[in-house]
Amino acid sequence: MNKPIIQLVDVHKAFEAANGTVQEVLKGVNLDILPGMTTVIGGASGQGKSVAIKLILGLMKPDSGQILVKGRDVTVMDSEELREVRSTFGVVFQGVAPFDSMTIFENVALPLQENTKLSKNEIRQRVMDSLEQFGLKGHEDKYPAQLSGGMLKRVGLARALQLEPEVMLFDEPTTGLDPARSLEIYRLFHKIQREMGYTAVIVSHDIPKIFNLADQVVVMHEGKAKVFSSSEEIQWSKDPIIQDFVQLTMGHIYQSRLENE
Amino acid sequence: MQFVLFRPIESLGRNTLYYLSDLGSMGLFLLQSLRGIFRTPFRFKALLKEIKIIGAQSFVVIFFTAAFTGMVLGVQGYYTLSKFGSEGLLGSAVALSLIRELGPVLTALMVTGRAGSAMCAELGIMRITQQVDALVCMSIDPYRFLVTPKFLATIIAVPLLTLMFDVVGIFGGYVSGVMLLGVNPGAFFSGMENSVVNKDINLGIIKSFVFAFIIVWICTGRGFLLLKGRAGFGAGSVSRATTQSVVLSSITVLLWDYIITAMLL
Repeated sequence: MNKPIIQLVDVHKAFEAANGTVQEVLKGVNLDILPGMTTVIGGASGQGKSVAIKLILGLMKPDSGQILVKGRDVTVMDSEELREVRSTFGVVFQGVAPFDSMTIFENVALPLQENTKLSKNEIRQRVMDSLEQFGLKGHEDKYPAQLSGGMLKRVGLARALQLEPEVMLFDEPTTGLDPARSLEIYRLFHKIQREMGYTAVIVSHDIPKIFNLADQVVVMHEGKAKVFSSSEEIQWSKDPIIQDFVQLTMGHIYQSRLENE
Repeated sequence: MQFVLFRPIESLGRNTLYYLSDLGSMGLFLLQSLRGIFRTPFRFKALLKEIKIIGAQSFVVIFFTAAFTGMVLGVQGYYTLSKFGSEGLLGSAVALSLIRELGPVLTALMVTGRAGSAMCAELGIMRITQQVDALVCMSIDPYRFLVTPKFLATIIAVPLLTLMFDVVGIFGGYVSGVMLLGVNPGAFFSGMENSVVNKDINLGIIKSFVFAFIIVWICTGRGFLLLKGRAGFGAGSVSRATTQSVVLSSITVLLWDYIITAMLL
């Protein structure tokens, strides 16, 4: 079996609120993410899904536990090592986090300009190609505020993919999008993944829609991660919390299955 | 009962820890931002853009502030000096107070209000909308990318603006003193020539460099470290941090004005 590319080992993380109360968000999370696979992390809001992403990226440090990326612990790395690790990651944040004072072209070109030695023309060529691939041709001179939510997500994807990452982290790819646009984003994501073969970690609360994308589903609840390897497994779970979760989302599962038949 | 008694001590401890760690993060922030100067690729275009925003676009504000300050100095100086029959000293009085004191201080305060607040708000918004995190995730050093150009631009622009302030202010004093109140123009300029020495000009320039450093450090720092401070979250946090940065840098500028004057006079 393949060695996991990302591993969370007994990770704990608590936050202190302004009034001094401590809220434990992660209480010993264990998770293996295998290379080339798609992992979907789901669960209700406030269960630490986004925190998990930030921990993997080294943007936050856990209170205890290890976070291994290719066997190396990111929690003890210095900033240079972290930079090296992050350069193999592509990230799309929940709000995409476009650089709002730059045009779409400049946004997508930035990682290439800053991290490669490509000439201006080569960068222009590559960025225009990828804008076309993501259906953003003709919008290169617009600013992020002038684009729709779906388009912005595509800008985020295009930007994150410029450096050909080994791992893509996608935080809530479909928040604020209508069902048709969500589906479109998932299709695009899947298509590109087949082309580029990256490992994908998707944080999402609409799990059923991406069941067909996922090789494993992780449900975060009360600080623990429950890992399921298939949609069947999650439906047959005896765990009342998971059953609740399935009840809530069942309809969608069958619909998406019918769609594929 | 015991619990209530200990509360002030607890809060004293918490506040002390907060301010110490805040000071520590500001110090680290400064080091990282200065280190950005030596990191490649150097963002020359961004530096020029920042000089334009902080320097060139502040000129109008500086011009009017300087002109009216100079004019007021002319009138006030005339009023005071005429009591002793020494209106001829008006030129040196205006020039010395502008070059040594008002030029650097008022320029610093105007730049804080105009450009410092803008820097803080810009970085604060980039922080809360995860744009800073996005840079980090692209392995782009956010200090070098965002903060260093602002640091260099402010340190270049503020001394230049101060010199412009001095010139315009002296001209303002000339307008009110000589043209409106009838002081002898020859006396106005020769008095200035005789009394202003290099030491005065150096003092003004040293001050303006120190003030520029204070402004850019506090304003970019408060914005960049937004989530580490006590400004809270969301849009309100940006406005609070901006207010805080303007107040804090204005006070610090005035405090250091006293310290530098006392040390170098």
